[in-house]
Amino acid sequence: MKNRQEIARLKSLKLPLVIVIGLVLLCVPLFAGQFFSYLMLTFFAYAITVIGFNLLFGYAGLLSFGHALFMAVGAYTAAFLTSTFALPYMELILVAAVIVSAILAALIGALCVRYIKIYFAMLTLAFGMLFYTFLLKFYYLTGGDEGMRVLRPYLLGIDFSGTPKMQFLAGTYYIYAFVILAILTFVMWKIVSSPFGLCLKAIRDNPEKAEYLGVSVKKYRWYAFVISAAYAAVGGALLAPAVGQVDPGLTYWTQSGTLVFMSLLGGFDYFFGPLIGGIVYILLQNSVMSLTSYWRFIFGAILVFVVIVAPGGIAGVIGSLVKRRERRD
Amino acid sequence: METILNILFSGVFHASTLFLVAAGLQVVFGVQKVFNLACGTFYGLGAYFGITVVKCLVEHNFPKALFIVPLIAAGLALGLVVGPIIERGLMKFVYDRDETFQLLLTFGLVMMLEDVIKFIWGTSPQSMGGIDMVYGQLNVLGATVPVYNLVVILCSLIIAGLISWLLMNTRFGRIIRATADKREMGEALGINMKVVYLKVFTLGTVLGTLGGALVVPAGAAVSEMGMDLIVLAFAVVVIGGLGSMKGAFVGALIVGVLKSLAISTYPEMEMLTIYIIVIAVLVIKPQGLFGGSRV
Repeated sequence: MKNRQEIARLKSLKLPLVIVIGLVLLCVPLFAGQFFSYLMLTFFAYAITVIGFNLLFGYAGLLSFGHALFMAVGAYTAAFLTSTFALPYMELILVAAVIVSAILAALIGALCVRYIKIYFAMLTLAFGMLFYTFLLKFYYLTGGDEGMRVLRPYLLGIDFSGTPKMQFLAGTYYIYAFVILAILTFVMWKIVSSPFGLCLKAIRDNPEKAEYLGVSVKKYRWYAFVISAAYAAVGGALLAPAVGQVDPGLTYWTQSGTLVFMSLLGGFDYFFGPLIGGIVYILLQNSVMSLTSYWRFIFGAILVFVVIVAPGGIAGVIGSLVKRRERRD
Repeated sequence: METILNILFSGVFHASTLFLVAAGLQVVFGVQKVFNLACGTFYGLGAYFGITVVKCLVEHNFPKALFIVPLIAAGLALGLVVGPIIERGLMKFVYDRDETFQLLLTFGLVMMLEDVIKFIWGTSPQSMGGIDMVYGQLNVLGATVPVYNLVVILCSLIIAGLISWLLMNTRFGRIIRATADKREMGEALGINMKVVYLKVFTLGTVLGTLGGALVVPAGAAVSEMGMDLIVLAFAVVVIGGLGSMKGAFVGALIVGVLKSLAISTYPEMEMLTIYIIVIAVLVIKPQGLFGGSRV
């Protein structure tokens, strides 16, 4: 009984906190500089990607080491539509990115979900690298290692080409990306708390029992794969106009590693963990990069530290601190 | 005929260094069940360290023709130092964790060691300035092959022989095979797993650094070489079968020859064909060609 009250209390605390943090994030361009807003904008793109990624990693227990593939699919969709086809409508780009990556993920996923653990990781890595070499070698189509330019898209059909670049990115585009992040976070929250999300957790914890209870394990894993790929594509499509350029590096295996890193750093056992990981990663990367060019060493050391000492990530550490305090009370 | 021979020779040359790194990956995976992404970085470290050692010796009038001796010594020594440090300092903490964490630990290691390489040797490519040409070239049925490449192939074959002798005919080899098969049983029989893991990880590291040291006189060391090689070595072990030495050998030959075949015919297809084969193997026979046999 007491336990239930506690949970209710925590839940009532959580929602206002999330709303307040959301509002603060929305108002960043009002009080922070343009560069900081730009950093937050890249965070939004990564946040959408990792929140989808975590459906696969945290909830379904499948470690994909090639998830950057779908981010690149989204980004290249934006590049093709704005540069090659001159259709710079952001809504169209987002829809196209979702469709292309969902089709691709449906095919790749059908093969990958037959395996788990290290084999799943290897197969996804192989697909990621396959796409990488495709982007790299078919340069007449994709621009090779120089990549492609991404022109400024129309938002809701309105042309913003008159606005200076940073003003556009830290203003209209910022709010646009934030709204998409908010919607997609809400949708994901609904997904993970639905029976589907609970089934995924059950599959992660005990696949045999889940199968025995009538849950189609492979089908559910496949759904999770496709949903997370669609999220990554939206993230990539939002990132591309912010950077203004796409290149094959987006789908190199270390980029997929970055997504895993963010999820782990924030804590993949928690819904908001990957978001925390993403924001910490991006802010930390920015400040460490300005101090030293050997930021990868420091990030590698952080990753090693998290893996060995705090495998629950930041959210895990906070969670256990909260629990300890409650026990003391 | 010449082109075929040229493709074959360069393919086997690729394969010989690939085999060393892949063998390091296999022995660590077979025994410790850790997929060590850092194997490629050990290869990069070995290459840079080999250059430094040989350059330094040549400056002090060391006979050029004998450069391969200190080169091998450098590769061996580096692995023998780096391996135990990493195993005792980091790896031992994650053996009883989920393999996700083990994989991520080695990924963190890759990030750190890549920057160590950049810090010590900088970002510009380094080479030994064609020192491998002191051995001259050989004409085989119209194809020109640098003798040094043949030496590397020979070294790799000798090492392959040594490994198989070590695994099949020594007490340590029997322990390795037993551990790969059933760790708990080995422990129950009184094998000190700490020591076995230390030795196995060091062996894996030495194979990587040695591979890097051997390959570098024929080319140049660049800072991304480790990152690029690990995905190739990954292809090798998937095709050959995770944990199998025979698989590493055959897989390396397949990947090496395919790579040089693609480079001289359709360069666009170079990596593409390799990944398509990897995916095909994973889909059709996920245990790989030799996945059934352990280590």
